[in-house]
Amino acid sequence: MAFINYASREINCKIVYYGPGLCGKTTNLQTIYQRTSPDARGKMISLATETERTLFFDFLPLALGEIRGFKTRFHLYTVPGQVFYDASRKLILKGVDGVVFVADSQDERLDANIESLENLKDNLDEQGYELEKIPFVIQYNKRDLPNQTSLEELKELLNPDEVPDFEACALTGEGVFETLKAVAKQILVELKKGKR
Amino acid sequence: MLGYQSSLVMYDEEYQRIVEGADKLLRESNAKSVFLVDRNGQLIAATGETEHLDTTSLASLTAGNIAATGGLAKLIGEKEFSILFHEGEKDNIHISIVGGRVILVVIFDQRSSLGLVRLRVKKASEEFDRTLEALDRKSAEESGGGDPQNPFAEITDDDIDNLFR
Repeated sequence: MAFINYASREINCKIVYYGPGLCGKTTNLQTIYQRTSPDARGKMISLATETERTLFFDFLPLALGEIRGFKTRFHLYTVPGQVFYDASRKLILKGVDGVVFVADSQDERLDANIESLENLKDNLDEQGYELEKIPFVIQYNKRDLPNQTSLEELKELLNPDEVPDFEACALTGEGVFETLKAVAKQILVELKKGKR
Repeated sequence: MLGYQSSLVMYDEEYQRIVEGADKLLRESNAKSVFLVDRNGQLIAATGETEHLDTTSLASLTAGNIAATGGLAKLIGEKEFSILFHEGEKDNIHISIVGGRVILVVIFDQRSSLGLVRLRVKKASEEFDRTLEALDRKSAEESGGGDPQNPFAEITDDDIDNLFR
């Protein structure tokens, strides 16, 4: 649910990075943070455990510039990927404008990806959203690792609707900004349609 | 079933009324700062000693706090906890829900008291609630009328691409 403020001429949108545990959601945000000019980003907040697993969420505010005189800001969130944090994931999805599903390309994580995507659909459904009707992109992360599921199989299992999808290596930054740009673009196109 | 959900829209007139209400609450409760945040973590208004505060982070964490305690409330059979209070060594935070949809945050120190803040917040909340209702009505009228004011109706692919250059 974007927040359009005519008084301060700002628009704020919420993007949530979703996916199984250790798939690279936090790394995506860290890479965006490291490679964005300090003028364009706020402080990154990570509510994590002592072992650096996301406990509640990561948060990174980005100011991308102006469109038609409105400052355009995107608030990026990650959810905790571990299965037992489902209650927290539901909370973070509230008011979401667009979703990035980060898949782990490693063979042994294929089932975890499928389970997480189903969980995303269920949690959105619970809040009255339909994944097919909201801005949504998929990122196949960790394409640099040797034990990979083929891209064809990942696409077939995770992306039957053929939403925009990207190969990535969040650690090196490959595909990270392409993913962000694609979901941000979809959100702005929805705003253009005036779906308020 | 919804796809893209309706946006929260803030217009000049209501924004001014909210800022005036926040200023009044700040004075009357002798607080350090007052914030209004929407439940999704977007900052609506801030007044008082805010220059050294990361207001964006404050808004996001406040909304997360309300969401998490709301989850706790449901676990014990409550609808929600409408007031949260965090006591620090010097500064304290009073958080309350206004009209079920907006979060009011008051930061205060020893120059005020919890009792005074609670009293003033209760009074201010009624005024904020009226303003938010007016905002809802105006927003419904605008979107019902085909939303002629949608500032994004004319954006082009180039406008969007330029954001990422």
